[in-house]
Amino acid sequence: MNTPLSWIKAYVPDLICEDREYCDAMTLSGTKVEGFRRLDKNLEKIVVGHIEKIERHPAADKLIICQVNIGSETIQIVTGASNLKEGDYVPTVLDGGRVAGGHDGGPLPENGVKIKAGKLRGIESNGMMCSIEELGASRDLYPEAPENGVYVFQKAVTPGEDAIEALGLRDTVVEYEVTSNRVDCYSIIGIAREAAATFKKSFVPPAVTIKGNNEDAKDYICVEVQDTDLCPRYCARVCKNIKIAPSPEWMQRRLSACGIRPINNLVDITNYVMLECGQPMHAYDLSTVAGNKIIVRRAKDGDTFQTLDGQMRKLDSEILMICDAEKEIGIAGIMGGENSKITQDVQTVLFEAATFHGANIRKSAKRVGLRTDASGIFEKGLDPRNAEYAINRACQLIEELECGEVVGGIVDVKQPLLDLRQIRFEPERINQFLGTDISKQDMLEIFDRLELVYDTNTDMITVPSFRQDIECFADIAEEVARFFGYDKIPTTLPTGEATAGKISFKLRIEQKARDIAEYCGFSQGMCYSFESPKVFDKLLIPDDSPLRQAITISNPLGEDFSIMRTISLNGILTSLSVNYNRRNKNVRLYELGNIYIPKSLPIEDYPDERMQFTLGMYGEGDFFTMKGVIEEFFESVGIKKITYDPNAQKSFLHPGRQALIKYKDAVVGYLGEVHPDVTDNYDIDTRVYVAVLDMPEILPYTTFDRKYEGIAKYPAVSRDISMVVPKNILVGDIEKVIEQRGGKILEEYQLFDIYEGSQIKQGYKSVAYSITFRAKDRTLEESDVSSAMKKILNGLEGMGIELRA
Amino acid sequence: MKEKLEKIKSEAIRQINESEALDKLNDVRVTFLGKKGELTAVLKSMKDVLPEDRPKIGQLVNEAREEIERVLDEARTNMERRIREAKLKAEVIDVTLPAQKNSVGHRHPNTIALEEVERIFVGMGYEVIEGPEIEKDYYNFEALNIPADHPAKDEQDTFYINGDILLRTQTSGVQVHEMEKGKLPIRMIAPGRVFRADEVDATHSPSFHQVEGLVIDKKITFADLKGTLAEFARELFGEDTKVKFRPHHFPFTEPSAEMDVSCFKCGGEGCRFCKGEGWLEILGCGMVHPKVLTMCNIDPEEYTGFAFGVGLERIALLKYEIDDMRLLYENDIRFLKQF
Repeated sequence: MNTPLSWIKAYVPDLICEDREYCDAMTLSGTKVEGFRRLDKNLEKIVVGHIEKIERHPAADKLIICQVNIGSETIQIVTGASNLKEGDYVPTVLDGGRVAGGHDGGPLPENGVKIKAGKLRGIESNGMMCSIEELGASRDLYPEAPENGVYVFQKAVTPGEDAIEALGLRDTVVEYEVTSNRVDCYSIIGIAREAAATFKKSFVPPAVTIKGNNEDAKDYICVEVQDTDLCPRYCARVCKNIKIAPSPEWMQRRLSACGIRPINNLVDITNYVMLECGQPMHAYDLSTVAGNKIIVRRAKDGDTFQTLDGQMRKLDSEILMICDAEKEIGIAGIMGGENSKITQDVQTVLFEAATFHGANIRKSAKRVGLRTDASGIFEKGLDPRNAEYAINRACQLIEELECGEVVGGIVDVKQPLLDLRQIRFEPERINQFLGTDISKQDMLEIFDRLELVYDTNTDMITVPSFRQDIECFADIAEEVARFFGYDKIPTTLPTGEATAGKISFKLRIEQKARDIAEYCGFSQGMCYSFESPKVFDKLLIPDDSPLRQAITISNPLGEDFSIMRTISLNGILTSLSVNYNRRNKNVRLYELGNIYIPKSLPIEDYPDERMQFTLGMYGEGDFFTMKGVIEEFFESVGIKKITYDPNAQKSFLHPGRQALIKYKDAVVGYLGEVHPDVTDNYDIDTRVYVAVLDMPEILPYTTFDRKYEGIAKYPAVSRDISMVVPKNILVGDIEKVIEQRGGKILEEYQLFDIYEGSQIKQGYKSVAYSITFRAKDRTLEESDVSSAMKKILNGLEGMGIELRA
Repeated sequence: MKEKLEKIKSEAIRQINESEALDKLNDVRVTFLGKKGELTAVLKSMKDVLPEDRPKIGQLVNEAREEIERVLDEARTNMERRIREAKLKAEVIDVTLPAQKNSVGHRHPNTIALEEVERIFVGMGYEVIEGPEIEKDYYNFEALNIPADHPAKDEQDTFYINGDILLRTQTSGVQVHEMEKGKLPIRMIAPGRVFRADEVDATHSPSFHQVEGLVIDKKITFADLKGTLAEFARELFGEDTKVKFRPHHFPFTEPSAEMDVSCFKCGGEGCRFCKGEGWLEILGCGMVHPKVLTMCNIDPEEYTGFAFGVGLERIALLKYEIDDMRLLYENDIRFLKQF
């Protein structure tokens, strides 16, 4: 909402303050100022000039030489403007002055444009006559300005007087961010009331009086509201003998400053009242209203209607319409119809000031695809009591502007108005709640300025109808806090029972995952939770895979963001692809983020949100590098003896380089090299390794508990074995045998050589282990070691493994 | 005999002084002091000496041995020192050659900001709680005093799964889950991912992160809210940070406020970073609305509380002067490496 400060000051006459001071104070009392703009910014030394004489420039066809009376003297100015004649009064910037911009109306330079005396084609020019654009305004707001050329005053002005003042540009436009609960502040009156309370000045809103003629509006129009749920109040008044003309300059300037283009007195009055009172108005040409009757009812599904912008609109049965005896003439609260539009020839006008159901207007405007200034206000839900004030204000302006003759009486169809809300005044509780010590008297003073009426007998506060936001004790406390000043409320820390700060075990495990990933060179990425259904194809996921059972967003930003991911790989692969295609070398990324597994589709309840620890890398390192990271992580969270099952059957991984990660019998994740078809799909032309750990599956086994096992006192004995192993036997199988058969004295075993090649017979590989034995309580005897070794060797031989010397 | 000993001694010292390596010194030791060495030979020949002369000769032999040993040790010490010095001299490196780093990975700036926030509030006795990202309308809106027709539901442009289930637009719903547990007092923060139907650009993302805070207890005041968040701001942005509370509106708090902090770049003077304002908007907060308490079966006459919500991206962008939000989700390693 943009309003000129001068309009606010008109209703708070004692308010004297600088722009900045005003804006800061309003923000601190709750009417947030987004910014302000001085209309006279960079306008310096600009006075009214009277053109006394025009001569042709001897050297240039397109230039003229003007003698301009600026009050104190007459100066010579050369201009290229073609719209000037002798006798015109024009804004004239003197030597050393400044204007806001160029005559082309482009963006205004920060420091404006400095004007200096000089010669134009050899003829002295001591200033410049300004176009409206050079003054930082526009023809939209000054419709009388010529399309090209110097602005010429249409009103009586005197040479030498301040041209900026004369143009109404000595003002500041303030932009407010009004919160959705403060419907009343979408109006000059509402903001002025807040300003008065903020600065502790008296608030003087316009007093509404109408003469009216001795006729009765009821003889002109009859109103019937059929759908009262959507229209709690409908006020109508009639004005006749309408004389369409431009509205007076003061009104035009106020509208312009608010960004509304002046059109004519009638239209301007409705806009003016909307701005001033926050009540949108509509004016119908009464001669187009069939049967002199207004009916307010819902439209029918499939109806169409032409709004006054000429567009055809599709209607439905939840859209409220204003109709006459025969036809629809407007979409309630949104826009009037082409068929009842006011024209220059209008004789008699029907004014409408109504209140409609806010949410209905909002939704209707959305469906119709037409959000207007009016609907934007109606949708907030207006105070029915304001409608009458506003329509009377409009009629008052009709009389003041001599725009027509107001017919006496009002047609007012309304639901019983709700009683004004009453809230108990509890000053001690307010102080307790705010942590303050504000006197009862000070609180009452604040209420008084806000028109909250306190009754000493009942101890109740009556809330005015325009403050629909004040409903309970806390709201009253807020009013006190706002005008006492949030900044004056003390700062304390909560007292009471101490609580222990903590981070859940799950989050601690996730922290550990981050630590380990980073120690291992992986940086943390963040990926979206929603992605394209095409991801499944990109990852070669079979058509019947349960992974394709994803939750769908009904109103996504686009198909690419339409499903909640059921697998975390796409995010990390996309990120790796970005890096690869930007030629970043050796990239290692990880992500901790949820996947969303529906319990059923369509979902009726919370899905299973599963935290995935996803790692991906290309460049240096291979499968076993990734495996190392995984094992570092498991060790750090107290999980030992992870196993790997090569039969993972992940379509998106290299068929010979993938494994499920298992703990006990549970699958806790997988890792592998990404299938080259998949890396192709992600435009990555190198090997990519990934690992995904399903954190909820891991969490129950994790622990930070550790038990010291003592450092061995007795010596260890090591034995090396070298084997020729059928190729299909995994070293994991060999290790299982060593572990199962090594007995209590087995301390550790380590693969130190693996070889396939010409020295080994076809279908076999050579594998060598170093096995270490140690007893905790004694020095091992040779016989202990050889019997353990014998068991191991027997086991290995049983698998078809040949032992080498 | 005496001359012989003197001769042995001076010969030994001569040889010691001529030795240029440790093994040469050892040879000298063996030659003169070893089992078959010359001094030992003298001792062995004592049987040829008159018994009354033996103690004297013995003493002379010992003196000679001690003298040789002393010179020998001294020579060895000196030689070892020289050898070490020579070695050190030979081992000079160019310390400006590039470092061999361990290539430790980097944490996402959002997470760094989150961990800061968590550290501060855990230190003040808050528990870190999580809630669902796919949420029910009731928890995201209704229980937060945002009824079906409330414009806030439109303003936030929610992603819906169906009429009742949606992607949470705020972490505030976690408040409700926590209050419903019925355990008081409450001091919690709830970090997490939230979603709004905003197109991606330099200042918007359809997915971002918030941290919600909630305190419920007897006698919690607006002053407590101010004090707590001022403390938070000082911890996060530095001891000299000033805060400013402006009235605002949120459906689930009353009174509500927005908190600004003095610009940590210019200290509040006004600069390009704070657009000349001297202040930066950081978070929304307020006293928990009595209706919200009532809906969670907490008696607003007995208990009061405050709540606040901080945007993590906002903090990360401000703290690290990141000028485009898209960078946070591209995961370009050249970006991530800077944190």
